[in-house]
Amino acid sequence: MGQIQLSKVTKKFGDLTVIPPLDLQIEDGEFVVFVGPSGCGKSTLLRLIAGLEDVSGGQVLIDGQDATMVPPARRGLAMVFQSYALYPHMSVRKNIAFPLRMAKMDQAEQDRRVTQAAEVLNLTDYLERRPGQLSGGQRQRVAIGRAIVREPQAFLFDEPLSNLDAALRVGMRLEISELHKRLATTMIYVTHDQVEAMTMADKIVVLQAGRIEQVGSPLELYRTPRNTFVAGFIGSPKMNLLSGAQAEKHGAHTIGIRPEHLLISTESGEWEGTVGVSEHLGSDTFFHVNCPGFADPLTVRASGEMDLKYKSRVFLTPDPAHLHRFDAQGLRVE
Amino acid sequence: MSNRSQTLRPLGSWLEHHLPKVVLAPSFIAVLVFVYGFIGWTAWVSLTRSKLLPKYEIHGTIQYERLFAAPRWDVAMNNLFIFGGLFIVISMILGLILAILLDQNIRTEGAIRTIYLYPMALSMIVTGTAWKWILNPGLGIEATVRGWGFETFSFNWLVDPDMAIYTIVIAAIWQSSGFVMALFLAGLRSVDTEIIRAAQVDGIPTWRVYTAIIIPSMAPIFLSAFIVLSHLAVKSFDLVIALTGGGPGFASDLPATYMYAMAFSRGDIGQAASSAMVMMGVVFTIVVPYLYSELRAKND
Amino acid sequence: MTDMSLPQTRGRSRAGRIALRWLLYVILGLFALYYLMPLFVMVTTSLKSLEEIRTGDLMSLPRDVTFDAWATAWSGACTGIQCEGVRPFFWNSVLIAVPAVLLSTLIGALNGYVVAQWRFRGANLIFAAMLFGCFIPFQVVLLPMARLLGLMGIAGTIPGLIFVHVIYGLGFTTLFFRNYYVTIPSELTKAAKVDGAGFFRIFWSIFLPLSLPIIVVTIIWQFTQIWNDFLFGVSFSQAGTQPITVALNNIVNSTTGVKEYNVDMATAIIAALPTLLVYVVAGKYFIRGLTAGSVKG
Repeated sequence: MGQIQLSKVTKKFGDLTVIPPLDLQIEDGEFVVFVGPSGCGKSTLLRLIAGLEDVSGGQVLIDGQDATMVPPARRGLAMVFQSYALYPHMSVRKNIAFPLRMAKMDQAEQDRRVTQAAEVLNLTDYLERRPGQLSGGQRQRVAIGRAIVREPQAFLFDEPLSNLDAALRVGMRLEISELHKRLATTMIYVTHDQVEAMTMADKIVVLQAGRIEQVGSPLELYRTPRNTFVAGFIGSPKMNLLSGAQAEKHGAHTIGIRPEHLLISTESGEWEGTVGVSEHLGSDTFFHVNCPGFADPLTVRASGEMDLKYKSRVFLTPDPAHLHRFDAQGLRVE
Repeated sequence: MSNRSQTLRPLGSWLEHHLPKVVLAPSFIAVLVFVYGFIGWTAWVSLTRSKLLPKYEIHGTIQYERLFAAPRWDVAMNNLFIFGGLFIVISMILGLILAILLDQNIRTEGAIRTIYLYPMALSMIVTGTAWKWILNPGLGIEATVRGWGFETFSFNWLVDPDMAIYTIVIAAIWQSSGFVMALFLAGLRSVDTEIIRAAQVDGIPTWRVYTAIIIPSMAPIFLSAFIVLSHLAVKSFDLVIALTGGGPGFASDLPATYMYAMAFSRGDIGQAASSAMVMMGVVFTIVVPYLYSELRAKND
Repeated sequence: MTDMSLPQTRGRSRAGRIALRWLLYVILGLFALYYLMPLFVMVTTSLKSLEEIRTGDLMSLPRDVTFDAWATAWSGACTGIQCEGVRPFFWNSVLIAVPAVLLSTLIGALNGYVVAQWRFRGANLIFAAMLFGCFIPFQVVLLPMARLLGLMGIAGTIPGLIFVHVIYGLGFTTLFFRNYYVTIPSELTKAAKVDGAGFFRIFWSIFLPLSLPIIVVTIIWQFTQIWNDFLFGVSFSQAGTQPITVALNNIVNSTTGVKEYNVDMATAIIAALPTLLVYVVAGKYFIRGLTAGSVKG
């Protein structure tokens, strides 16, 4: 079981409140991603769950039991760190077995679990090597292996992929997702990359300045962002957010329209503008269109075949079904 | 601490939680007592009329008045400035020259560096003993040079009250200049090679590269070397004892030997305490601003 | 700059460059002679007879090599009224230095580990307070320390000297280990905590195995400091417990009898031998300690 509940959890460093009272429910077997810009408190929150930091107030419940005062090792959680945190003087085998040795597990069971984890993670050939002799991806797998062997109630990942290069990151993303499918254990994953959040999560928790902005499935967040912050943070490229006269026309303080929900035409449309930079990705093309009366250029997604010259005249039409409206506080208006 | 309205930690777990503090506590208490407490004690006693035994009734600044009126202390402070000034300046110049010379792709650099630096591994008492023998007027350098045919050569600084302090300078420089060289050499090596390459491409002559680029960028190392050397100078005690014993008379006394004489042979604890406090004052005016800026730079 | 010399730029002939190069080596060689000269004089003097010293030349090699001075220095030279040579004092120094070095290194390692990896509020302040202790002139603690050792009943004893050396060595040993341990990522400690290791287990199984270089640096530094110490030795010892530096000074400055310069030199070399040996064997670590102790605040 790996159900985790945070109740009025608060964290202060001296006079600085990093996390104001916060409630969150994480169900057993869920893949939950904490996402937000750097400094939003997502890593602190993870460390509070792990027990690496003391809460300044509130409770952490694991499977209904109060774990607030329980030291990290006895919470039944395993953690994978950004820098992998492998013990440099120990072989891969010893690294993976370390938590088991600390738990004084018998040797045969230790060996069995290490062997099994090594197979799952394709590390069998590297068991006698030192971390320094491994590639980044392999080190990441060792760190995961060290977490798996404990058979924890939940895995905690602290930006585990940010030290890998782009190609490797996509691969490891898939591996972790697969691992979750296979183990069906609760996973809490911290990242600043909304693509990782969207592709991996069952449930995304968007954080800003220690506050939860919205909790929901990736598609919920994409379709109905609760406020302008979530609207701007989830989705790539970013949603176009417009205020002023154009927004008032739709009865809102701010309106948002995603690049994929703008229709581009060379003949007619609601807004007229000129093409600035074009980005050709092959499958899609993104145009940055400057419209008179708009503060920022609008980003528009078009098919990969479409090609428009710099400064050519175009017309844009927002899809009314996908127009997001927000009030002066930035909250969604239905 | 934080507001723990909920469950209290069991005792074992409390101990585990506070173990780092428990481990650091004895050292902290030791420093508190043996550094700060003792400084306080010395400061207190320096304000009393303590003689052979410490007394604790405060009598104002009488010890300091006596100290500054004492001709022997006057000599000791004068010597400190002569010795400290010459020792620091010459060690730095010599160290810098040696470092630059050694930085010219010398094939036997390792061996030469080892030779230049070994005096630093010696006790100052050993250094003092060796130089005392070398400078011995009857049998040392003087006799040797005379033996070479320079009959009128005279080198008797060790027994000349006006010159004795300079023998300490000679021995101290011999001991420490290699160390300054090592510091500077490390500094020269830490200068970004790209900057030097760029200067070479621009056609700037070697000596200009040193004076305009490398040496200015080593300012922090000059500062460290200065701090270490001045610290050594104020604390020097062993070398004087071994080389001149503070003599002839008390011509080569330094504050450190004055303090020791008052404390352990004259039985004048009040004078010993007040002279120690003055020494600390001198060290602090040099070291505290340095430490402060170092720690601040680190915390930023 | 390691792998490149600054080229002596245009305008100088090849012969001129070679001459300059020679000049450089000659200057470096002369300085080497300057640094070696006292050692040379000490060694040669210690191997000469008193007769030869009186008639001969400071710089000349001994005509007849004799080890009598060494034998006297080791077991017969007089320190004041005693004439047992320097041997008992050599062992005093060993008895003082070994435990004091080990204790101060161990405590410094633990302190450094706490300050670098288990930061708590005020830890930096405590570290600064300890660091500051490295810089005080020890004269300022001599008087109260003498009284305290008396009160504790260990005045003039070897345990008393060990105690003093450990206390005043802590600042540097803590500094060395702290500066080394801050370079180890704190995530390592966190991972070990999650894995179930406690404070001492993490220190023992993870940090100590990674600390070999800094342990060597610290031990060498402490050994050199304590072996070469004179101030504490002369202030806090008595007839039977003096370290070798104090004995050397007593022998050299004893005013009774004939001045035996060859014995003085032999004694001085014996006193210098342990630290010189350490320097020759582990010079790299010695230099690292020196520069770490002075450059890094």
